Amino acid sequence: MFAALYRWLDERLHLDGLIAPLRHKTVPTHRLSYWYFFGGITLFLFIVQVLTGILLLLYYRPSANEAFESVQYIMTRVQFGWLIRSIHSWSANLMIFTAFVHMFSVLFLKAYRKPREMTWVSGVLLLFLVMGFGFSGYLLPWNKLAFFATTVGTQMAGQVPIIGQPMMVFLRGGPQVTGATLTRFFGFHVAVLPGLVVVLIAIHLFLVQRQGMSVPPKVEAAWTANPSLRREMRFFPNFLLRELMAWYVAIGTLGALAALFPWNLGVKAEPFASAPAGIKPEWYFLFMYQTLKLIPSKVWIVDGEVLGILGCSLAGLFWLLLPFFESDKPARTRTWITGLGVFALVYMIVMSVYGYVAK
Amino acid sequence: MCADHIPQTRTTRRRAIGMFLGGGVLASLASFLYPVLRFLVPPPVVDLGGDEVVAAKVGDLKPNSGGIFRFGSRPGLLILESDGTYRALSATCTHLGCTVQYRADLRQIWCPCHNGIYDLSGRNVSGPPPRPLDAFDVHLRGDEIVVSRKREA
Amino acid sequence: MLQNKRCQFAAARFAVLTGLVALAPCLGYGQAVNSCLDCHSAMPAPLGVTQDKFSQDIHAQKGLTCTSCHGGDSSSYDPTVAMGSKAGFKGKIDRRQIPDLCGSCHSNPNLMRQYDPSLRTDQLAEYHTSVHGKRLVTGDTKVAVCIDCHSVHDIRPPSDPRSTVNPVNVATTCSRCHADANYMKQYGIPTDQFAKYNTSVHHDALAVRGDLSAPTCTTCHGNHGAVPPGVDKVQNVCANCHVFQAQMYAKSTHSKVFQEEGLPGCVVCHSNHGIHMPSDAMLSTGPGGVCMRCHAPGDHCDRARASILDNLTQLDGTIKQADDALRLAESSGMEVSEARLSQDQARDALTKARVTIHSFQAALVDQDIQVGMKIAAANLKAGKDAMIERNHRRIGLGLCLVAIAIMLVGLWLYIRKLES
Repeated sequence: MFAALYRWLDERLHLDGLIAPLRHKTVPTHRLSYWYFFGGITLFLFIVQVLTGILLLLYYRPSANEAFESVQYIMTRVQFGWLIRSIHSWSANLMIFTAFVHMFSVLFLKAYRKPREMTWVSGVLLLFLVMGFGFSGYLLPWNKLAFFATTVGTQMAGQVPIIGQPMMVFLRGGPQVTGATLTRFFGFHVAVLPGLVVVLIAIHLFLVQRQGMSVPPKVEAAWTANPSLRREMRFFPNFLLRELMAWYVAIGTLGALAALFPWNLGVKAEPFASAPAGIKPEWYFLFMYQTLKLIPSKVWIVDGEVLGILGCSLAGLFWLLLPFFESDKPARTRTWITGLGVFALVYMIVMSVYGYVAK
Repeated sequence: MCADHIPQTRTTRRRAIGMFLGGGVLASLASFLYPVLRFLVPPPVVDLGGDEVVAAKVGDLKPNSGGIFRFGSRPGLLILESDGTYRALSATCTHLGCTVQYRADLRQIWCPCHNGIYDLSGRNVSGPPPRPLDAFDVHLRGDEIVVSRKREA
Repeated sequence: MLQNKRCQFAAARFAVLTGLVALAPCLGYGQAVNSCLDCHSAMPAPLGVTQDKFSQDIHAQKGLTCTSCHGGDSSSYDPTVAMGSKAGFKGKIDRRQIPDLCGSCHSNPNLMRQYDPSLRTDQLAEYHTSVHGKRLVTGDTKVAVCIDCHSVHDIRPPSDPRSTVNPVNVATTCSRCHADANYMKQYGIPTDQFAKYNTSVHHDALAVRGDLSAPTCTTCHGNHGAVPPGVDKVQNVCANCHVFQAQMYAKSTHSKVFQEEGLPGCVVCHSNHGIHMPSDAMLSTGPGGVCMRCHAPGDHCDRARASILDNLTQLDGTIKQADDALRLAESSGMEVSEARLSQDQARDALTKARVTIHSFQAALVDQDIQVGMKIAAANLKAGKDAMIERNHRRIGLGLCLVAIAIMLVGLWLYIRKLES
């Protein structure tokens, strides 16, 4: 039956031309090829987010008066609402985690080198957008923690010189975080960010498909010296089936997390109440937050927070353009970027743990 | 003899794989789709309980009487005055949190815990209560009396 | 223009004169001369009154001075003139005259209206009906007169938190005499009221929680017309706030019996000054139990007491059980906020039942208990149901994971087959 359908479409669309490259696509297999799965896992988790997000959209109400109650309604009254919502929250965190893993694996396996600079840039942009998803989505249940985390987060964005204040007002939909902020974040979360991300994913995937999988330099060198060592796997169906297994493990993990550790509802936000002690952002912002806390309030003549924000922004920009800072044919396989990557990873982990345990 | 067994094991193996795969696909898809399909069916109770609530129906209250209704997380007091005006206020006394009631004889709101008295606008006029009661908006929708919080800025 | 020497001189002269005019009031010129304060502010106690102290006095702020009460001439620095009989100097006012002196203004509505029309003017008349007022007339100068409670020379309005007669400070003010065992020796009344009051729930509300509606000495005893309420009037005083309890008590058997026996109503069980937060233990036969002080074990009343206590304990226990179940459900991730709110209603029912004790009828208390039991039982069930639902979820998860495991095995076998 599938064959008949395929023939019908092929007569009209000439699918062979499109499908053929995919049939012949191969994936290199070596000691480190397990890392190749993480991009696909991140994509799968994004798909889970889109599907559970659409389901949640059927019941969620984005106004300050009703947002919290609607999420409570989903958690308590809607059949399996607790499951859909908890999967959405857990998958968000897992997706950000796998995105970071994917990025670091690309960094250490040096897959960002020519000709894959555009893939890296689109990937880092995707990472930023995904964190934007996390930040905007976190506010939507309109509970106390989210309200104050958003206040602190947008306040920090407002510290950027010159453009900071207008940017903060734009993000907040006003000078303070109010119901207008909620509506605006909802618009970002379900329309603006998905649109941008879909376009970038399309570009990212197209580049990957077009250029094939990169091979780590050491392995590349070995295979160049001895071509008979080269091992490859067909993308379709071998790699895909393995990827499918990874996806099944992911959905099983999500289900287990949702059932065993349902996501908290919290307490409804009261805009005029004072902030509870010890407000912290979500874990994926902790390393930045803790770094900012450690910077003294005045460094020479510059305000400490401004310096911190500028520093983070510059670091982000540098990270985005990383491939362009390394020559195409570096002298060694382990370059200074590898060292920088190790430093960045260790720094993020240490700062996140520190931020978690600090008062 | 070995040649006889080989095709047998291959078929049984293929069948085993087919069972696992087919069974796995069906079972896993069913376990994904079942919650989603149940999710799509709207629950019988539609009221969110946050912003506004149907406190009562016209005719539930007699003139010059009051009744308690649930509003979100706290009790509310709905009063029908003798001239037909409806009033709705928070029923949590601002002194120590007891539930207040409408006194038809006093035509005022009374707290039985320590004899606090509020007027019909919620202002604390006598006794221990330090603050007035929060007032709500009341509209009539058909024969439903709808109570809603005052609009947030 | 200022280059001209003459203009310079004129300008300088103008500046100095303006300066002097500005400076003069600071030096006291232009104000009424108050020779009394000028001398007495330098004197040690008991004759000393500083300008600083007197400026805090409400009378000073309204424009009265020393001479308004003490007579004399405050414009002269000559003691024989300032404190002479020609100027009507009264000197230190005799204690027995103080109420009349204060009353000379404060009982005059026409006069007081000029200062504060909302002030009462019956304090002196009330004072004459009080124990203090009656004893003063007989010549007992140890009793309180106006200045003992209101202070003197720095009298603040009662609304001022620093005033000695602000509700938060009243008990301390009364205790200056009434807690002094030596001072009160000849009167034969207890001096432990202040100590007892400080352990009471009313003191806690007033001083700790800041609830200014909570009673202090004057709330029950009156302030100017201070007399302890008669033994048969105690219930009326408590009834002003504790309306329901009083209504039920009035209809109960205890009310009539206590009255006939000359027992002081509410005070019999709850004490008068050291009123503690009541607990169910008051209905017990152990320490803290009040019923068995009069009733005999095994009689009809004892059985009613036991029944009431049992019911209350049962409801209290069920509410706690439900709280525990809900807390467990919540920590397992279940959403039980509705049941949690309903617990407040159950607690309200328990409070109502405890009020109904004052009817001393087990059947009435039981009615309120049953209302609460229904709610608490429903909440307990909600908590238990939440745990059952939690278990269902885990079973569902298990089945789903089994399905996924089958799928994974199938995929793996298929891959192996493909690649063999």
